[in-house]
Amino acid sequence: MALHAERAKSIEVPLRQELSFPYHSERRQCSVPTFIPHTEAETSQMLADLGLKEIDEIFATIPRERRLGRGLNLPDGVSEYDVLTYFEEVSARNLHHGRPLISFAGGGSYDHDIPQVVRTLGSRGEFVTAYTPYQPEVAQGVLQALFEFQTLISRLSGLEISNASLYDGATALVEAVNLACAHTRSHHVIVSKGINPTYLQTVRTFAEGTGLSVEELPLNDDLSSDLSIETASQAAAVVVGYPNYFGAVEDLARARELANRTGALLICVYDPISLALLTSPGSFGVDVAVAEGQSLGTPVSFGGPYLGLFSVRPEYLRLVPGRLVGETVDAEGRRSFVTTLRTREQDIRRERASSNVCTNQTLMAVHACIYLSWLGPDGFRELATSCLSSSHYLADALSTIPGVELVTPVFVREFTIRLTGIDNEAVRSALADRGFLAGVSGEFPSGDLKASNTLILSATERRTKSEIDRFVGEFSKIVEAR
Amino acid sequence: MATSANFKRPGGGVAASIPLMGRAEEPTIFDLSVAKRRASSLRSSGVDQVDPRTVLPATMLRDEPPALPEVSERDLVGHFTRLSARQYSVDLGAYPLGSCTMKYNPKFADAVAAMPGISQVHPHTPVSFAQGWLEIMVTLESWICEITGMAAATLQPAAGAAGELTGLLIMAHYHQRHGGRRSKVIIPDSAHGTNPASVTLAGYEAVTVPSNDRGLVDLEQLDKVLGEDVAGMMLTNPNTLGLFEEEIAEITARVHAVGGLMYYDGANLNAILGVSRPGDMGFDIVHSNLHKTFATPHGGGGPGAGPVAVSERLREFLPGPRATLIDDEDGVRYVWKTPEFSIGRVHGFYGNAVVLARALAYMMYHGGPGLADVARYAVLNANWLRAQIAQHYEIAFPQLCMHEFVASAAQLKKRYGVRALDIAKGMIEEGFHSPTVYFPLVVDEALMMEPTETESPQTLRALADALMRLAEAATSSDGQEWLHNAPSTTPVGRVDEALAARKPRLTFDQASNRPV
Repeated sequence: MALHAERAKSIEVPLRQELSFPYHSERRQCSVPTFIPHTEAETSQMLADLGLKEIDEIFATIPRERRLGRGLNLPDGVSEYDVLTYFEEVSARNLHHGRPLISFAGGGSYDHDIPQVVRTLGSRGEFVTAYTPYQPEVAQGVLQALFEFQTLISRLSGLEISNASLYDGATALVEAVNLACAHTRSHHVIVSKGINPTYLQTVRTFAEGTGLSVEELPLNDDLSSDLSIETASQAAAVVVGYPNYFGAVEDLARARELANRTGALLICVYDPISLALLTSPGSFGVDVAVAEGQSLGTPVSFGGPYLGLFSVRPEYLRLVPGRLVGETVDAEGRRSFVTTLRTREQDIRRERASSNVCTNQTLMAVHACIYLSWLGPDGFRELATSCLSSSHYLADALSTIPGVELVTPVFVREFTIRLTGIDNEAVRSALADRGFLAGVSGEFPSGDLKASNTLILSATERRTKSEIDRFVGEFSKIVEAR
Repeated sequence: MATSANFKRPGGGVAASIPLMGRAEEPTIFDLSVAKRRASSLRSSGVDQVDPRTVLPATMLRDEPPALPEVSERDLVGHFTRLSARQYSVDLGAYPLGSCTMKYNPKFADAVAAMPGISQVHPHTPVSFAQGWLEIMVTLESWICEITGMAAATLQPAAGAAGELTGLLIMAHYHQRHGGRRSKVIIPDSAHGTNPASVTLAGYEAVTVPSNDRGLVDLEQLDKVLGEDVAGMMLTNPNTLGLFEEEIAEITARVHAVGGLMYYDGANLNAILGVSRPGDMGFDIVHSNLHKTFATPHGGGGPGAGPVAVSERLREFLPGPRATLIDDEDGVRYVWKTPEFSIGRVHGFYGNAVVLARALAYMMYHGGPGLADVARYAVLNANWLRAQIAQHYEIAFPQLCMHEFVASAAQLKKRYGVRALDIAKGMIEEGFHSPTVYFPLVVDEALMMEPTETESPQTLRALADALMRLAEAATSSDGQEWLHNAPSTTPVGRVDEALAARKPRLTFDQASNRPV
């Protein structure tokens, strides 16, 4: 250690005049490509300025026995063209004859058209390559876009406060449950079996750390939640979907009553597109509304990055996880935006924080802001109506196939069918071979028997009538062949 | 909005063609809205449109759609383009934010992200039609394991903090399975705020161990808190002061001796890529921030990705499902598998998949030798910048630093009343992004700088020149006034944060904070 300290001391205060660079020398010749701009001459000069000879002397404070002592057992670098060729080839294995499966799946991820303005504006380097807006004077672009996003999500959910995003729908629900526990000081939650099963699994994972007990709300025959249960338990939260995972539109007024009976907050997991048509969660007295916001301008992307939406009634403001952007003024009285109520956050509250969220999904939030602004109220309603129309057309057509029964009679844009005489995964597999993604299996390891051998299907505005007709035709052939 | 250029139109809304590149305000999208204007055009599906009232009960339906803005596409493009002009980014210039590793984000990765076989694949696609995606995940896992010296990894955590909590839950499940009820996790006082917050959420008590006078973990103090109730210790190495924990082998040995596990916070992995590996130091759990070390763009605050790699004994506790390569009677192929003692899911699907693909593209481009060069030049750049400014700012700890270092404005504050915050704002006036300020907490008036390997020596010199000019400005009363009022050339000046917190206006629909 003495050697290191001595060397460190010797370079502590080099004179600035001694530091110089040739400005027009050749760029560094490297055996592998990197984004390191230094020429060899520059590297030598910098080392000399620091009193070093070889570049690896820069690691003098790493004890020799802590060094790898060999190269990483990884291939050498390649050009960007080689990288792209690899990804072209490997990603082709996710396609069917060169194109993605024609999707009739939802389950928390929807294949919508994405307008070019979202792609063009949303891929601007100023939005894409910025860091978290810690210096508001040079981050007004992201901050204002987030303020507008928060407004849009509050108008959608009918709840006054929305944050600047969380990771995804599942983790947004975890944060909602944590908020409810912090507010009620109860550690018991009642969760509908009709919510996305992966969300329920995620809640269970994090319940291990927070000491949460999870009670499941059973399903009715139409796969809506049985809200009539008599539960003696006091709870932190009642959680229902809106519409739920199977497409059933839950009765939020009755869910509110159940929450009142148990002293719980009402948490609703909604589908943003359906809210173009459905009464907002806020009008039913929902306390916390969360959602997967992928539908709002983000491609299906094999599950991520997505967008966790999070809204609350104002009384829970101080318990909101993640970043909040607020309006203020600058020294000259100009409207400005800044991250605010920062004392809630982990970097200030540390072990007393009720959430550890730091990085969120800001870029997806900006995309959602552009997308919703492009749609406008009329476009949003037309979009949802188109999804509703095509999903009902699809449900009606599938219901005419013998052995196919519609289980969710009242739905917006996603519905569940039960199959008789043929296995749901066999249907999915056979239709995938024909280029179609035939929904999502309704049963899950922890799922309800009422959902056994079902498929959950959805048709977005992207699906044309001819695609739907072809899909139903192939579906019919596969069922009849059994 | 009180400028003369912002005249009201007959139908509501304001003009969007007013000059905004200067210091005028940009209207919100709601200010631009005019009833019955629209941008959207939707595909005609060919299916007859159904009136929602014929299939849903009236009680379920809202009377009016949500009040989204009504703007033309041209106004929409104008608005967001002007917003982008009010935003600093890596694409624009140097971003020496300590602890954030704001390196250049290569553009070819954008092409990877846009490929149909990447972006247009539904997460519920049957596995036989997602073999490419599973291969990407398995390949990335193997690169991460080689880089960190670990045995297996989960790619599900969506960010560093999510990775921390995942790793701590793995720790908890491991101890449960081995009969130990342990209650504490040790963290150094220089740790990131996410560390103690994650510890609490994992059901543990955070115990802080102080740094010694060289900025490293104090072994004597560590011994005082070590015991059978310690589940493990979280550490970054190099630590947040930019210093390599030279006694790391001793630290891991002592924590292991009481049955604890070692957690590596990968926020600073850029410093040791290909040079030293957490697994070889004795760490059991390692998260990586792909949006830092592996150059996936930070998106103004996200998305990130925080894969967690573990040693062999923790493999079966990883979240599931995991992409796995198998070879059985049906042939060689990728499948989803959930480990035997899995802690469960930590994400709705498989993590921020497209971010994972971008990171793998970055890794492949560099290759093993290139990744080691990344660390060399990141450390060289940090040390050279540190040496350049050492005459003007006290450096918290004098030894060679790693990829970042912490300077202090404590003397400037004491002598001239110029704080770290003023220097940060002065850097903006100089045309750069500020360094991280007031972190780590163990250094007064901290200025934490991480130039990264992708900045040229010329840029470093410009950064150093700017910092020296600011230190010189602090010595004169004119300069002090200038610094206290900086920045003056940005779209807005210093903002009233107290007002924002006292009267929160978090949406356009809440009462405005604008002075009447």
